Parts: sequence; structure tokens; C-alpha cells
Amino acid sequence: MTKNIIEVNNLEHSYGSVKAVDNISFNVKQGEIFSFLGPNGAGKSTVINILTTLRKIQKGEARVNGYDVAKESKSVRRSIGIVFQMLCLDHEMTVAENLDYHGKIYSMPKKERKKRIDELLILTDLENKRNTLAKDLSGGMKRRLELARGLMTKPAVLFLDEPTVGFDIQTRMRMWEYLREIKKEGTTIFLTTHYMEEADQLSDRISIIDHGKIIVTGNADELKNKLGKDLIYLETSNNKIAAEILRSLKSVKSVTEDTKSLRILIGEDVTHVLPQIMEKIRGEGIDITTVNIKKPSMDDVFVHYTGRELREGNEKEKQQGTEPLGELE
Amino acid sequence: MSFEFRAIYWRDMVKFFRFKSVLFSSLIQPVMWLGFFGLAMSGSFDKLTSLIPNVSGVPVVDYLSYMGAGIIAMDVLFSSLFGGTTLMFDKKFSLLKETLASPVPRSHIILGIGLSGVTKAFIQTIIIIGFGKLIGMNFFKGYTFTETLIAVAGIMLLVAIFTLGFLFLSGTIAITIENPEGMQSILTLLSMPLFFISNALYPIDSFPAILRFLSMFNPLTLLADGIRYFALGPSFSVMGNHYIYTTADIGMSFLGLCFFALVMLSAALWRFDKVDI
Repeated sequence: MTKNIIEVNNLEHSYGSVKAVDNISFNVKQGEIFSFLGPNGAGKSTVINILTTLRKIQKGEARVNGYDVAKESKSVRRSIGIVFQMLCLDHEMTVAENLDYHGKIYSMPKKERKKRIDELLILTDLENKRNTLAKDLSGGMKRRLELARGLMTKPAVLFLDEPTVGFDIQTRMRMWEYLREIKKEGTTIFLTTHYMEEADQLSDRISIIDHGKIIVTGNADELKNKLGKDLIYLETSNNKIAAEILRSLKSVKSVTEDTKSLRILIGEDVTHVLPQIMEKIRGEGIDITTVNIKKPSMDDVFVHYTGRELREGNEKEKQQGTEPLGELE
Repeated sequence: MSFEFRAIYWRDMVKFFRFKSVLFSSLIQPVMWLGFFGLAMSGSFDKLTSLIPNVSGVPVVDYLSYMGAGIIAMDVLFSSLFGGTTLMFDKKFSLLKETLASPVPRSHIILGIGLSGVTKAFIQTIIIIGFGKLIGMNFFKGYTFTETLIAVAGIMLLVAIFTLGFLFLSGTIAITIENPEGMQSILTLLSMPLFFISNALYPIDSFPAILRFLSMFNPLTLLADGIRYFALGPSFSVMGNHYIYTTADIGMSFLGLCFFALVMLSAALWRFDKVDI
């Protein structure tokens, strides 16, 4: 059995009277990519800050690479690499200097620093940018440089807090490629995200976190299969009554009312259930305007477990106009 | 013993020499003070004070040389007092985050920044002394080569302690205050009394008693006195005032500056320990 590189037991954290992290426990296995998926304000960053010893632990227990976060913070710090949510490169230093500085503050000998810088510039495709000032890099390159910096000391665990926030989909997918490469090298990756695709495509295991609690943990397929085989979206002339009717049916696992449509989870083969559902609703004099069938996605998983869409977090982001990666300019 | 402070020192120095505009202005500023203000003021002061009989039997020092010591003190004061500002921006733009999240002890961050400030202060001091000599500032008059070396070493030692004290103070404010405007106004507020209630540019003998008393505790006075002792000698007359510095006086200046630097160091350590990310 692979050993747990992160072990968290009954972790709790409050800011004043607000409970940001509410009694959570989980383990991360060595060598896997583990994601915390949840909206902004769910408590993801608090957990990452506690595990990286940037925030003092209030209640509970956490170990990283075998070291107690509360008592052995120096050893924890030596075991990890961090890519922060906000860009924090020294814009007035070159790519190589940024990496060199990092090696220096971790007391790496000169020879080792040089060797590691060469390796990492190749890994992150920044070889020809070695002597470019960080401020002259594109957003994606800056993020890759931060990734390289996080790996400078060959950490056992790499923590990434919302690593692709604000990137277009191409840049994001490239970033995922790099992360898979890093995983191949044996580094455990712990990341937080509020992007469904990111958690879905990248992670070995996902914990959905909301209101400071872990709602469910598993790999993407497991989580999706738990929802059943198929999903039906219905639009009717009276969703409210239709939902009641559907809930009384045995073959229906759950019904969620959206603004316009009904989201129906079923446990059996859709080809048999659908005619039955339609007949029943029509029988009550309700018209069905649209029918849509699809396989459950991570979005559906999220909605199913939290009872709402991730929309809230995204709206907040838009309102504040925060584009974390642009804030440094 | 760990040496991570060297990394912080290295980074600060790389950036100091990389950006020519900052480098140039920080080097040219003392020259301008001495060249414009110094020459203009010394002309009028020397004219006014030529009527005052000098103390007999004591070497007379012209105003430019007297003020030169004050210009060193003042220049070093301003650059160290505002030197911590970079820390605030580093914190604001999350630059400090990487270092704060590393195993580097917080004291090393303070030490690294302090040492780079001292290096910059040394460069400025040398420029002022060099340029001053060019325009007729009579530092080290009649000194032998060895005496000059000792005098320069003495000046540098005092400048270093003084710079550390004010950098620690400025760093403490920078890390506590969140907004640049607030920092700016606090520093300006601080620099006024420091600057005017001191003997950097003029003798304090005719000050009201209370100001004279206060000026004795002003680090700027302590530094200016120390520089004058080393550069102009233990006994000289300027503008009709007789200056006598005993070894005890200079010892007190030295201890006073050390005390100031240590208090500021503990303040900085205390504030840095509390910095959250």
C-alpha cells in the first residue's frame, strides 16, 4: 500500500466567529494528484495555508511528509514547494535569478542550484528565456516559472493554490501537461481549484469542499458513477408539479429544480425510464417542451452534492474584477 | 549558523545595480546637496560669520567642511529612513511571500536588508567625501595617511550603526502599515524634527534650551558629531563656536547609536514575527 504523504485529522479553523474549515479529515497518497474542488470561500486556501505552515493550526492535526505541521514547521517547509494563488515573482530579476534566489534561501549549494535550474528550464520550456526579466514574460510563462520555482528544491509535495485562475483554456491545458510530467517524476501534487475540468481531467482523486466541509471524496469516475448512469433534463409547462410527480417514481433517484429545467437522476437504463416519465407527466396534463439526456459530468456531481452550481464563486470573481494574475502589472 | 541572509542581500544588491535610474539618482543626490545647497549656504554663512572673532589658538573650520559632515548624516538618514519602503511594496505585491514561506528565519530578512542598506550608505558616504574634497571641503586636514584611514573607518562604523537603526525603524513601519500614503506621511513627519532639531547643518548653541536638550538625543546629532570628530579633529572653531569632542563624548555617541539600533532591531524582529501572509 502506498503511504500517505499528507494526513489531516479533524482540522478546524475559524476567523472570528466564522468557521472557515469545519472538522475535516483526509489523506493524500504519495505520488498522486489530489484536488480540492469548491467555490471561492469554501475554505480551500485556508487548508492549503495550514498545510504549508503559513497559518497556525487552531484545532486538529495535520502531517506533511511525516512531519507535524504544528511542531515541525521547518521540516515541513523543507519538504514542500508552493505555487501561490497570486503571482509572486520578482519582476526585476531574470528567470534564472528568480530560481537561483529560491535555491539560495533554501541553502542549496551552488553546483546543485545550477544543475537544478538547467533541468527545470527544460521541463517548463523556458530555456531560451533564462536571462529574460520576469516582467517581460507572458502570463503563462510566469506561471511556469513559478512552477519551476516550486520544484527547485525537489519537494516531496507540491502545493498549488488555484494554479490556472485567469488563464484561457489552451494555456490551462498546457499547464495540466506540465503537472502530469511533474507527477511522473514522483512528486505528489495537492491543488485547489474551482474549475470542474481541472479537477476532472487532472486529478487522481478529488475532494469536493463546500462551507468548510468535505462533502465527498473519490476519483472522477467513481464520483460520476455514483450519480447513476444517465441524467435527464426536462422543461415542462409546470416544473413544480412535474417535480412532485417524478419524486414519487421508483426509478428516479433525485430531482433538482433549476431556474428553467428539471434535472433528473435515474438509477436505471434511460431508454426504459424516459417513456414512463413522459407518460406520467403528460397524464397530469403538463406539457413537456424539451428533453435532454446526457452522461453525468463533474458539474452534475458538484450540483448533486452541494445542491447548487459553482456559479456563486464565479460571479463573485467577476464582480470584484479580480484577475489575480494581472494584479501585479 | 546559517547564511540565508546573504541571499536577501544578494537580491537587493542585484536590483540596486540593475536599475540605472535608481542607482544614478541615489548617487547624484548627495552630490547635488553638497554642490548646490552646500556652496550656496557656505558662501552666505562665511560672509556673515567673518565678523565674529574666532576662538584663538584653535583651528578654524569653514562652513562647507562643517556642513559636509552634516550632509553625510542627512543623506544617510533619508536613504535609510525611506529604505524600508521597498519592504512595503514587496509585501503588497506578494514578493515577500516566497521568502516568508521558506525556512529562512525572519531575522535573516531584516539582516539581509540591513546589510544592503549599509552597503548603499557606504557608497554614498564615499561619494560625498570624494566630491566634497573636490570642491574644497577640508576633511582630514593635516592627517597622515594612517590617520585618514582610521578616520574613514570610524566614520563608516558610525554610519553603519546609524543606517541599521533607521532601516530597522523604516522596515518596522513598512511591515506594519499597509498603504504607501500612510507610510509616506509618517516618514515625512519623522524626518522633520530629526532633521531640524540636530546640528547637522548649523550649530545648536543658540537653540532654545528645550530644543538643545532634545537634540542631544537625536541620532542625527550623534552621527554628525561623530563624523566631525573623525573628519575635523577633536577641537575646532566654526562660526565663533568652539567645538571640543573628548573621547568620552564620542564614546557616548557610539553607545547612543548602538542603543538606538538595538531598540529598532528588537522592534523590527517583533513586527516581522507577526507578519502574516
